[in-house]
Amino acid sequence: MNNKMWRLGVPRALFYYYYGPWWEIFFETLGIEVIVSPPTYREIMDLGVSLAVAEACLPVKAYYGHAAWLASRVDALLVPRLVSVERKSYICPKLMGLPDMLRATLKPCPQIIDTTVNLARRPEEGLAAAVQGMARAIGVRGHRVELAKAAAEARYRSWTCERWGDTKGLETGNTDQAGERRYALPVGVIGHGYLLYDRYLGMDIPGKVAALGGQVILPENIDPQEVEKACRQLPKRLYWTLGRKIIGTALYLMEQEKVAGLIHLTAFGCGPDSLVGDLAERYARRRGKPFLLLTLDEHTGEAGLNTRLEAFMDMLYRRRSA
Amino acid sequence: MKVTFPHMGHLWLILKTALEGIGLEVVVPPPCTRRTLELGVRHAPESACLPLKVNLGNFLEAKELGADTIVMAGGVGPCRIGYYAQVQREILRDIGCDYEMVVFEPPDVHFSEVWDKVKYLNRRPWQEGVRGVILAWQKACAIDLLEQELQRLRPREVKPGQADAVFQRALRDLDAAGSRGDIKRIVKRVKGEMAKIPRYTDRQVVRLGIVGEIYTVLEPLVNLHIERRLGALGVEVVRGLFISRWINDNLFKGLLPLPGHNPEKTAPPYLNHFVGGHGWESVGDTVTFAREGCDGVIQLAPLTCMPEIVAHSVMASVQEAKGIPIMTIYLDEQTGESGLQTRLEAFIDMLLWQKRRQAGKVYNGRGRNPCQETMPGCLRGQ
Repeated sequence: MNNKMWRLGVPRALFYYYYGPWWEIFFETLGIEVIVSPPTYREIMDLGVSLAVAEACLPVKAYYGHAAWLASRVDALLVPRLVSVERKSYICPKLMGLPDMLRATLKPCPQIIDTTVNLARRPEEGLAAAVQGMARAIGVRGHRVELAKAAAEARYRSWTCERWGDTKGLETGNTDQAGERRYALPVGVIGHGYLLYDRYLGMDIPGKVAALGGQVILPENIDPQEVEKACRQLPKRLYWTLGRKIIGTALYLMEQEKVAGLIHLTAFGCGPDSLVGDLAERYARRRGKPFLLLTLDEHTGEAGLNTRLEAFMDMLYRRRSA
Repeated sequence: MKVTFPHMGHLWLILKTALEGIGLEVVVPPPCTRRTLELGVRHAPESACLPLKVNLGNFLEAKELGADTIVMAGGVGPCRIGYYAQVQREILRDIGCDYEMVVFEPPDVHFSEVWDKVKYLNRRPWQEGVRGVILAWQKACAIDLLEQELQRLRPREVKPGQADAVFQRALRDLDAAGSRGDIKRIVKRVKGEMAKIPRYTDRQVVRLGIVGEIYTVLEPLVNLHIERRLGALGVEVVRGLFISRWINDNLFKGLLPLPGHNPEKTAPPYLNHFVGGHGWESVGDTVTFAREGCDGVIQLAPLTCMPEIVAHSVMASVQEAKGIPIMTIYLDEQTGESGLQTRLEAFIDMLLWQKRRQAGKVYNGRGRNPCQETMPGCLRGQ
């Protein structure tokens, strides 16, 4: 299969927002044409909603939409079975079954590359097995794989650093943004990356908060070590990778005097968030930090969301000036 | 120390025996009712899954009876049950309900973590404690044996409810039983009583498999007594989830020769990986039931249950490949009885119709309707 120019589809949803650059560079280095679906728009969302079971959560429905959009345009779809991306942690049962769910739904279904990524027990070996598995699925072996992996990792590192450096609001303060309508209030916007960075799906909440005069702090802007440190306050180690990121960010920001409030963005039906979000809200309430929970689904109206955001931001300003 | 635990079907009887066996004073929470559910729903996070809410209700009701310690199971993911205890502890703290919690879960570092908890709870010499646990296990097996008999009997009995009454009496007797001999006598007597219940011999019975998340399958409050409803509709229910098998699979690691689940053999190619909870087993059991000639399968799950949503998503391909009709029912505090009843009746009606069509007995619109004659009374509108 090596001599054929493959067109590999990567849905721009779910973990694309965490590992997208890694996948793109890895496969491009191996000589594969990577096609990423366009940013979510109405038709993709409607397609996903019509294909997925009604009880699935919004990001999974969006994933269905992206996969369906790609299905007729590519030779194969990259839907890795992400069981675990770090030791003793999981992501979500739905991501463990995603390739099978798509196979049962997409008709006709292109070939699906569903390499299992399981780093729960032995991280190094798990990662090596996953990389080799992906390369084997497209018929590449040998040291080319290692080169591609190195290139992908380099790109991935610089990309995460870029994201981390996006807003270092906590250290620099807002003095350089003088002349604004109001002084910028640091506000933590926490949630899954695939909601925060997907402007259509997540209704561009970070952008809206910024437009209302907030200085947005996202989970990716915070030092991962600080996040892990904050997580040690929990009574038991949390076994969801993203859940730990969310609650760790929340706990870290709660302790920062500068941060005026927290906004938790979640999707209706998100299993881990239903518990993690509730814990975060309880801790915030005990510490007197304002906390706004925004739950999104395919019926969420933008006007209602805007009103709630405006009210919350007004309340934060009033608290600050009081 | 007054110990309590969450309800799950008949689990209370087994846990009570085991915990009393190791010398603890046990407070069995009042049987689950709408009040339990309301109490739980009031304090639990809105989109948490149903078992968390009902368990919370159990704890609050047990508190009224004076319990001060909770014994419950946990886990290490990816299903939400592993974090139930921590969330419930925070909720109980916020509403000022003071409890000590002993959570049994797979050890993080060393097996001694589990052992320490057992040692902490144990109040008696080891031999007696072990005897109590063995007695509890025997009760679990007895209950499951009788319940299977009950499932066979329900669609065939002339007067609905008779078999259930016998079974409820048996549960009360088993609760009081103190030795292996007692249990054997009770099982023998109850089997005799069940054999004497008058039954239809000519009634056409639909065989239906129930799969899904264990709590919704086993707890009659949340599934609104679905097995009893189905029995009254002339359905023989079979299921793969029983408490004794669950204990065997999870605590004894399948050492005892009970029929277990082997989803790694039955679920592929529809679902190729473990997905937490009972999602994989649901798909595997559905395939098994289709092979064994069941007429249909009902999948039960609490709303937003992640493993069962995965299973539900692949059920369409199982249905297509195996030709077995599957209906998925999500349950939560909003589920209404008449809505459920209507869905069940429609589904069973469809299964009966299909069964007759396969047997070549389809009503052509003229003369006597063969379908009407053998249909259970409730479907004929009596």
